[in-house]
Amino acid sequence: MIHPYAVVGLFLLVSVFFGIAPLALAWLFSPKKANPRKQQVYESGNPTFGETWIEFKAQYYLFGLAFLAFDVEAAFLFPWALAYNQLTLYAVLEAAIFLGILGIGLIYVWRKRWLEWM
Amino acid sequence: MTDAWRGVLNVLLGAFAMAIFPLAAVIFLIWEARKVMARMQDRLGPTNAGTYAGPFALFQTFADAIKILTKELIIPTGADRGVFVMAPVLMVAVAIAVWAVIPLGPTGLQVVDLDIGAFYVVAISSLAPFSMIMAGWSSRNKYAEVGAFRAVSQIVGYEIPQVLSLLIPVMLSGSLSLQSIIRAQNVPYILVAPVAALVFFLASAAEVGRLPFELAEADSEIVAGFFTEYSGMMFGAFYLGEFINNLTASVIFSVLFLGGWRGPWVDQVPLLGIVWLMLKALLVFNVLVLFWAAMPRLRIDQVLAFNWKFLVPLGLAELLTVALVDKAMVTAGVTGGIERAAGLLAANLLLGLAVAGVLSQTSRSTRQRQSFRRPPVVHP
Repeated sequence: MIHPYAVVGLFLLVSVFFGIAPLALAWLFSPKKANPRKQQVYESGNPTFGETWIEFKAQYYLFGLAFLAFDVEAAFLFPWALAYNQLTLYAVLEAAIFLGILGIGLIYVWRKRWLEWM
Repeated sequence: MTDAWRGVLNVLLGAFAMAIFPLAAVIFLIWEARKVMARMQDRLGPTNAGTYAGPFALFQTFADAIKILTKELIIPTGADRGVFVMAPVLMVAVAIAVWAVIPLGPTGLQVVDLDIGAFYVVAISSLAPFSMIMAGWSSRNKYAEVGAFRAVSQIVGYEIPQVLSLLIPVMLSGSLSLQSIIRAQNVPYILVAPVAALVFFLASAAEVGRLPFELAEADSEIVAGFFTEYSGMMFGAFYLGEFINNLTASVIFSVLFLGGWRGPWVDQVPLLGIVWLMLKALLVFNVLVLFWAAMPRLRIDQVLAFNWKFLVPLGLAELLTVALVDKAMVTAGVTGGIERAAGLLAANLLLGLAVAGVLSQTSRSTRQRQSFRRPPVVHP
């Protein structure tokens, strides 16, 4: 009997193999005729200008922060949901307060107009 | 050969079979999606016009796959070559890796019944945006970069309602293992918590980038979004990964809310589980395809507002409703499975009605505000 996580590890190896295999096959079969015009960046036929690697718009950063807060709190909810059937009404009410705090966070973000696209 | 090595070999064989399953299914599903979409658009789609495509062009996708293998892999100048090549590999690998825990049938038809299966699905599928960011950023193409920006904000954000609604099957069955969630569904959870099912469906449609949420690769505005610069099999890998993600989303939805492999005669013939699961998944997949063929694309602000101002509050409210109503019922002495399910269904329908009321109220007030701003019509 192999440990279940070892099985998952082996499966991950297999899935990486299936990611590489088609590319390796294509590399074997495909023609390799590089030329500078073919390797130009495709921007609808216009020559590219200016810098491409610029900063992200700050708006995305705000959404990222909101996501982080919610994602961490959602991770806290997993053990609670798992133990739900053994919990008393009191414990569920406590979790409801926790969810309420999450909700207040959402209202705060909403009122701060972080959710508007600027 | 020792027993340990034989075990490893067994696992590897099983893993190969399981990993080939989505690939083979997708070859058929691409054909099926093309046919359905063609009918929606009053076309025939792929027919048997080609010589080797078989009846109804069933093998069209095989032909396409072989053709795409012979196309040149072009890496644009200025691209970050290593990351550029790694992105499609990661896309396919992540799409397949989820299948480690998916139960195709009762015991045996699953690589491993992980005790945190549902969590594993969420954790692995949240790696997909990484591949999009890698592809978009490393191409050094402005279209690709816009696609990557959008993928970051959209696909990442929709994970929250997805997780919130995923917690409800976990709560009702008391387990994170997908096999136990299926076994606990004497009543399919879509009939117990339809609001959660709706939230989960919409969130996973957005996660896999199906049409109303297809911003990251909006082909009529930013060419192909984050994979604009990819050619040959590297493009094929993204295409394949995306279709596998669609199939995976449908299968996960069937497992969590439609009872997975459960159906008549599964106890006698365990292999029948695959048929039931695939029929259910095909149903969900076809709803996604119909979305794809029928819906216009939303703008980025609309997509984000739909997530943060509708799905996330609704997911929170649904979680609260189910938790409190169920626990109140148990405390009051209602413990029968059917009675609890009926109570939760009633609570869900009430929640749905309330949400519909709030939505119509807000949309009416928005319309009134807008009509107030509009300049009065001057009659000559």
